[in-house]
Amino acid sequence: MSCKLTQRFVPGYLDGELDLSQTIEMETHLQVCGECARELERQQALRAALQRSSLAYAAPEALRERIQSSLRAPAPIEAPERAGGWNAMQVLRPLLVLGWAGAFAVLALCALIAWQLVPGLHGPSSDQRLATEVLTSHVRSLEANHLMDVVSTDQHTVKPWFDGKLDFSPPVEDLASDDFPLVGGRLDYLEGRQVAALVYQRRKHFINVFVWPDTRGSSSTQTIQPQQGYNMMRWSRGGFQFWAVSDVSAQDLAEFVRLLQARTAPESK
Amino acid sequence: MPGAATRERFEQAVLPHLDAAYNLARWLTRNEQDAQDVTQEAFLRAFRFFDGYQGGNMRAWLLTIVRNTCYTWLHQNRPPDSAVEFDEEIHSSESSGAADPELQVLASADKETVHRALEELPDIFREVLVLREIEGMSYKEIADVASVSLGTVMSRLARARTRLRQSLGAVLRKES
Repeated sequence: MSCKLTQRFVPGYLDGELDLSQTIEMETHLQVCGECARELERQQALRAALQRSSLAYAAPEALRERIQSSLRAPAPIEAPERAGGWNAMQVLRPLLVLGWAGAFAVLALCALIAWQLVPGLHGPSSDQRLATEVLTSHVRSLEANHLMDVVSTDQHTVKPWFDGKLDFSPPVEDLASDDFPLVGGRLDYLEGRQVAALVYQRRKHFINVFVWPDTRGSSSTQTIQPQQGYNMMRWSRGGFQFWAVSDVSAQDLAEFVRLLQARTAPESK
Repeated sequence: MPGAATRERFEQAVLPHLDAAYNLARWLTRNEQDAQDVTQEAFLRAFRFFDGYQGGNMRAWLLTIVRNTCYTWLHQNRPPDSAVEFDEEIHSSESSGAADPELQVLASADKETVHRALEELPDIFREVLVLREIEGMSYKEIADVASVSLGTVMSRLARARTRLRQSLGAVLRKES
């Protein structure tokens, strides 16, 4: 190609991206330059071929419904909804069928459920609610194949990535030398606000660390009662609140938290 | 998760762009089921970040999230796009006057061939063409969605079109 305008201006002209004076200049030029005119004609033919090929996919109606219902019931690991309306007969009938062994099993199950419920009788504390939220986010990040928005083992890549996406700058430390390499980060949502999620790896397991500014005042490191096989710890440091959650062993998680705390500066910035 | 009032606002503002979201996911994943899963995940993420939405171009904001969700998904589920060596020079005949063979090729390209040629482009070229030619987005909007500069949008678009013309030409030459 010899005309220097061809590559520079033909696509912009085609896409309506030239300003007025460039457009006028291009139109005058097209009258005299065979090369540009030919290139424009081909680009227009390509566009026409794309246009007549009905390339746009419309979303299936079922997807719209799926999305709307998932917005209404967003937490994936909540207990299944109890079927409304039951009567004594429905409960008793299996007992009659199963006989004494069955009855005993059901009683044992009831006792177990009751025992599980007792600590929660006074309603879940805000920490327990938050623990459930943290766990939900952790499980969702693994289930939905959405563990990381920024994939990097470099803390100097991960930290700036959060700039402009959050109203705070989370402390980011790599623990690769201690066999807990940082593998990435993403934005998440907890307690009604955006939080930073830092992802660390321990062999094949992932550790999510959620970080956001501490509004409750500092508290000591707490180990949360394991839920569904996941261990959780929380602490605050340097004006930030931290929650770590993972399926690594409680000892590994405690070790990880100790190492991370040693790295993060205790003073607020 | 944000509350019911937010959800209503979200549905009114964002759901009208579902087709655009699904279209982009469908072209990037090249699979119907995956596109549905990715779109749903993208909407849930958009919902979570809806409070952080500063106003402005809603479609571009949503498609940015869809695109990121797609790439995270592709990164974890598919082998990376092989960087194919490609001669992007157009070896067009300069013969003036006579019927232009490339024009004839483009004019005769059928739906299926165009579809396949677009599908076979590398991700970064396919996405700019989808955003430009199907969604009709401006260079600026594409730059926002793909998080690249205007210059990069222009050069990717030019290269994408060149590649598409070449592969259409190659397919149709083989057929005839």
